[in-house]
Amino acid sequence: MPFKRYVEIGRVALVNYGKEYGKLVVIVDVIDQNRALVDAPDMVRSQMNFKRLSLTDIKIDIKRVPKKKTLIAAMEAADVKGKWEKSSWGRKLIVQKRRASLNDFDRFKLMLAKIKRAGVVRQELAKLKKESAA
Amino acid sequence: MAPKQRTRNPELIPGVRKVSRSKMYHKRGLWAIKAKNGGKFPHHEKAPAAAPVAEKPPKFYPADDVKKPLSNKRKPKPTKLRASITPGTVLIILSGRFKGKRVVFLKQLSSGLLLVTGPYKINGVPLRRVNQAYVIATSTKVDISGVNVEKFDDKYFAKQVEKKKKKGENEFFEAEKQEKNNLPAEKKDDQKAVDAPLLKAVESVPDLKAYLGARFSLKAGMKPHELVF
Repeated sequence: MPFKRYVEIGRVALVNYGKEYGKLVVIVDVIDQNRALVDAPDMVRSQMNFKRLSLTDIKIDIKRVPKKKTLIAAMEAADVKGKWEKSSWGRKLIVQKRRASLNDFDRFKLMLAKIKRAGVVRQELAKLKKESAA
Repeated sequence: MAPKQRTRNPELIPGVRKVSRSKMYHKRGLWAIKAKNGGKFPHHEKAPAAAPVAEKPPKFYPADDVKKPLSNKRKPKPTKLRASITPGTVLIILSGRFKGKRVVFLKQLSSGLLLVTGPYKINGVPLRRVNQAYVIATSTKVDISGVNVEKFDDKYFAKQVEKKKKKGENEFFEAEKQEKNNLPAEKKDDQKAVDAPLLKAVESVPDLKAYLGARFSLKAGMKPHELVF
């Protein structure tokens, strides 16, 4: 099974450890075997160990170490944010965040909604069972 | 903090000041005051001191010296209210008869306890006092503007003093039967008066009535330190 996501200049990665946890960053240069120079629109360009990054499928077209303006323009052109939010990985993270931020009242309303949905499903199932039995 | 005052004569080293005596005289402008007042520094006559009242010698000297206890001028103030608890907040009571009940916060009493109501019709919690420490504040708020809680204070919740009963054997048994606490009608009316506008506010929000009627409990997978209330 060949690798599909490579560390390259322009590879978008997700930070999975540290102060910038959960952010999408772009690999802008490779420092050595373990570290990359990494940049994001709302962050100061800094080094990061590869172990702190999870590579994504998204890649943008930039030259080595672009200026911040160029980087932001390239990210807009490639629509990194949109692609990320449409991807299943991105959608999962959004759902996780939403679930974690639920209020006690929200959790109660969620419970009621789940019960209601289960009730509707059960009714349909009962109907189908009756039809197949008949 | 007050803005730093300008000192005319700073201390350079402990015991050594910057400006000499004669220079300080000039700096303070005493020469100008003297000049304004015709060569002399203005002098006010001392106000006549009231003649000291002649104290009568005490009639009685106690035999032993009794130590006077140290004076205590401490004034207790009500517990600091958590910033998350504001009038109308839904609270979760954590201990006691009503543990798990979700309840509406009305106001903080002068003793520091929180005045709270179910409302009674929704979950059976009457107007009650509750300690802030045994409460989780949720971020859900109920509109409490129509409620008047001025008349409630700690004295309202004081225990009723019972009349002394003679302890004859017969009377003892009879008294036991009549021990039941009948809530005076006044308290029931107070409850209704507080709850009526609250119920209207609660019913205007969908599901809020059912929410207040349900008890809170931790289910599998819920981590209290990660939950947002």
